[in-house]
Amino acid sequence: MSLPEADTTADFATAIAAGDRAAIAQALNLLDDKRTEARRKATALLAHLQRDQQNPKGQLIGITGPPGAGKSTLSASLIRAWRRRGLRVAVLAVDPSSPISGGALLGDRLRMQTSAEDDGVFVRSLSNRGQYGGLSAEVWPMSIVMLAGFDIVLIETVGVGQREVDVARLCDTTCYVAQPGSGDSVQFLKAGILEVPHILVVNKSDMGAVATRTLSELAAALNRTHPDGDWQVPVLATSAANGTGIEALADALEEHHQLLQSRQQLATRRKGYQAYWLHKRLLEEYGSAGIEKLGGEKQLLAELESQDMNLFKQYEALRQRLYPDIKDTFA
Amino acid sequence: MSQDTVKRDRPWLMRTYSGHSSASASNELYRTNLGRGQTGLSVAFDLPTQTGYDSDHPLAHGEVGKVGVPINHIGDMEALFDQIPLEQMNTSMTINATAPWLLALYVAVAERQGVDPAQLQGTTQNDVLKEYLSRGTYIFPPEPSVRLTTDLIAYTVQNIPRWNPTNICSYHLQEAGATPTQELAYALSTATAILDAVQASGQIPPDRFTDVVGRISFFVNAGIRFVEETCKLRAFSRMWDTLTSERYGVTDPKQRRFRYGVQVNSLGLTESQPENNVQRIVLEMLSVTLSKNARARAIQLPAWNEALGLPRPWDQQWALRMQQVLALETDLLEYGDLLDGSPVVEAKVQELIDGAHEEMARVEAHGGMVACIDNGYIKRELVQSHTRRIRNIESGELQIVGVNCYQESAESPLTAGEESGIMKVDEKAEREQIESLKAFRASRDKDKVEAALQQLRRAADDGSNIMPASIECARAGVTTGEWSEVLRNVFGEYRAPTGIDISPMEHGDSAALEGVRNRVRKTGEELGRPLRLLIGKPGLDGHSNGAEQIAVKGRDAGFEIVYEGIRLTPAQIARAAQEEGVHLIGLSVLSGSHLELVQEIIQELKKIGASGIPLVIGGIIPEEDAKILQAQGLKAVFTPKDVDMNTIMNSMVTIIRDANGLEAAA
Ligand code: B12
Ligand SMILES: Nc1nc2c(ncn2[C@@H]2O[C@H](COP(=O)(O)OP(=O)(O)O)[C@@H](O)[C@H]2O)c(=O)[nH]1
Ligand SMILES: [Mg+2]
Repeated sequence: MSLPEADTTADFATAIAAGDRAAIAQALNLLDDKRTEARRKATALLAHLQRDQQNPKGQLIGITGPPGAGKSTLSASLIRAWRRRGLRVAVLAVDPSSPISGGALLGDRLRMQTSAEDDGVFVRSLSNRGQYGGLSAEVWPMSIVMLAGFDIVLIETVGVGQREVDVARLCDTTCYVAQPGSGDSVQFLKAGILEVPHILVVNKSDMGAVATRTLSELAAALNRTHPDGDWQVPVLATSAANGTGIEALADALEEHHQLLQSRQQLATRRKGYQAYWLHKRLLEEYGSAGIEKLGGEKQLLAELESQDMNLFKQYEALRQRLYPDIKDTFA
Repeated sequence: MSQDTVKRDRPWLMRTYSGHSSASASNELYRTNLGRGQTGLSVAFDLPTQTGYDSDHPLAHGEVGKVGVPINHIGDMEALFDQIPLEQMNTSMTINATAPWLLALYVAVAERQGVDPAQLQGTTQNDVLKEYLSRGTYIFPPEPSVRLTTDLIAYTVQNIPRWNPTNICSYHLQEAGATPTQELAYALSTATAILDAVQASGQIPPDRFTDVVGRISFFVNAGIRFVEETCKLRAFSRMWDTLTSERYGVTDPKQRRFRYGVQVNSLGLTESQPENNVQRIVLEMLSVTLSKNARARAIQLPAWNEALGLPRPWDQQWALRMQQVLALETDLLEYGDLLDGSPVVEAKVQELIDGAHEEMARVEAHGGMVACIDNGYIKRELVQSHTRRIRNIESGELQIVGVNCYQESAESPLTAGEESGIMKVDEKAEREQIESLKAFRASRDKDKVEAALQQLRRAADDGSNIMPASIECARAGVTTGEWSEVLRNVFGEYRAPTGIDISPMEHGDSAALEGVRNRVRKTGEELGRPLRLLIGKPGLDGHSNGAEQIAVKGRDAGFEIVYEGIRLTPAQIARAAQEEGVHLIGLSVLSGSHLELVQEIIQELKKIGASGIPLVIGGIIPEEDAKILQAQGLKAVFTPKDVDMNTIMNSMVTIIRDANGLEAAA
């Protein structure tokens, strides 16, 4: 496909930061593209976008929970609330792929109902491409692009039980959406299976008593201080159907963002996501033997967190270290 | 027995579903048809009228007067029934989301003709639940839609007692793939959901509630398996009788009677060897007439050229004559019920009843009929059934003459003619309609219009019956778009689930599918990322079957599919294609507005810098239009003749390869 190629990486990055939709779409396609030439360009682009390591832009929010809890519908309501507040929003919506064909039906857009006139919203659907953890490998690189062009990046993933751990490792703020009447969330929380989110939401409050009951059960099951420290996890009731509780949820998300900013934790956290992503990719490709060869998980993560961020370059360097024979195509 | 001593039953009502171009053109058609012995009117409205837009709304572009008549205001409605005395007419209106409005216009026209509205006879389809499941002309979310439905029912039962306020439709469900059991279950679940809502609204005094039950009628389908279909109708009668007596305590057997009209199956009518459709239609008609105790009250038949495009007057006349031959020439109407007492029939009926009860219980378990719209349960079941049907046609398990067997044919004189055997809608119609609408708007008393709209807004807000305010609007010269806009603002708009998120079919795999899958995967690898396909339904067209089946098949072939359902604007489709980074856009248009819509999409893509994405289209596209579209750059045009889904998938892969400079084979 022949989208006009930006002259230089710098121009490309500038267009993305300016919110040029064609450029953003092109960048996302590029990051998805596994061909050598594309990877070379992508490496350069990401390096450029990650230049300013000290002042990370935007807020990266993960929204997860069981299928049907109303994550997409709630996201639509949040998008409207954010737009009213003048914030530009990008969404990465991840759906599972078919284990048989590898194909996927990406259905979240339907509920998001974005307008064709509003340039402040951009939605990309992704299939998890068979990957464990409900997230596809493209989520973190694509987030980097979206964070450059938007104030808020929202990642929707299906999370049941252990599955939402992944998104929690890649987001500034994690929001878990529970389904009224389903005891699962409470059980998972109690058993420690569910990573404690920063914000817990019981959606469909319009369902009445059953929602209220789930709300109080969750509040009781939850140790209200987040393991990150200094953050009391709010348990909120929303109804995406009739619009109640949305502003309060947007406020809570904003508050958490401000906490991270005021404590200057964003930069470290983002490095953490990158380290996590790199570790996970290498683990998938080379197994735990590979990770051992690189010094073991702990040391590897520490090493990565101390490096300057340059996603694909770091990745290639580690592969080189493991197998010096691999051609470094991106040098 | 000699001919003249035989007592014959009165034949059913014979209708032809029609309307096109403009109110006056349709009026002429109606009067011709009535002259030819048609005994009732069946009005087809165009899609803007059905979805609440005036003819000059941007979304109406290309759709005005195409598949039905445009009705914007009382002037149009008056022209539609010019010289047709409404007190003598039995008028059926296929209208749903805007049913209260079209009935209001009908009442206002009756008043102008000097007819007492209480005398009016006819039907408003007014069954919005099946719109979400199949037909697609819904506007508001399910709950306010149910309220509008019940308002119309409550109003007519009290003020227009001979009106059939709702026609619960299983017809459209079969057209979306439903099995006989599903038809029974969903139609009866809908009927109880609506009756329960009327009861709960408190608008009808308890002692008059059985009158409401007695006014409920049905609109069903009859497919080619005509023995089973006859049994289905007997099952319907029996289940309705039990249900009305047990659930609503109706004691008068007349009020428990299953009254229904029919349109026979059109989904099975083919583009290849279209003359065979005549046999199909006749056999299907038998299934709803054979059993006297479950005989249809009204029948309308599609024409032989159903899958080609809109029928011409002659095609419709032929369909009407089929009914007349059956009713007048054969001895069918001389006998009592032919099937009573047959153990074979009895066993089949019982099997259908049992199956329907089980499915109705599942609907209840999923929260009831209204909840099942939004949670997608029923839509998924329908898509699943349709997928099964298509797989059976592909595998040859389901034989369709001229389609997957006996394909060879001598050249047909029916389609050889100049105009390729279909009706061409007058191209000036849209422009003229818009001009007359503008003139009408200019001539109204603005204050009266504003006051009537205020009253409507209040009624919508405070929950009082919507009909009186709507009739006031009709008298004041409010337009269809204005009426709908007020309600859109109060109730909001809705997008229904697509139902495509079904599990891959058991036994869905074949060597051919395996071959496509390999090509999809391999091409994805060569292009650096998995193949992504956007399926787009632009415009007001609600025909979703094709898009759904292509989506499901595409997923099973390994594509990543983006499909957001029906009724998107060209701008929305172009945007989604760009945001999602798809390799190909596949449009599906069956309503006839493909030329306008494709052009707009090409422009939108250009505008946003995404014109590199290749486009294909499928649907009802006449051959000459296909040539025009290909000249505009579309890479392929698929029509109902293209029944092999694997071949379609393969062509799409080839198009993607070609657009990206890869050689065709992979
Ligand atoms: C089923 C049907 C319906 C169903 C639709 C159910 C649903 N949810 O889809 C119901 C009963 C609801 C319906 C209603 C109406 N219908 Co209708 N309907 C049909 C019918 C009988 C079959 C269409 C169908 O579903 N075929 C099965 C699918 C699988 O086939 P398909 O869509 O053609 O798809 C195949 C190919 O075309 C291709 N394809 C299609 N799309 C795509 C997309 C891509 C990307 C690709 C690669 C391929 C592809 O691949 C498929 C594989 O074989 C046709 C006539 C006919 N026999 O074709 C009339 C027809 C399409 N309907 C027609 C009309 C007028 C209407 C109404 C507008 C009537 C009215 N005035 O109210 C209404 C309103 C609908 C609306 N909201 O728009 C007209 C359209 C006339 C025209 N174009 O000039 C037709 C042609 C009948 C006629 N002769 O009058 N209808
Ligand atoms: N009653 C009610 N239903 C809701 C609400 N939010 C979402 N839903 C419905 O829940 C279903 C699943 O919604 P969706 O957003 O697709 O859920 P997801 O799978 O978590 O993304 C849909 O039928 C929604 O209409 C809500 O606040 N109240
Ligand atoms: Mg979702």
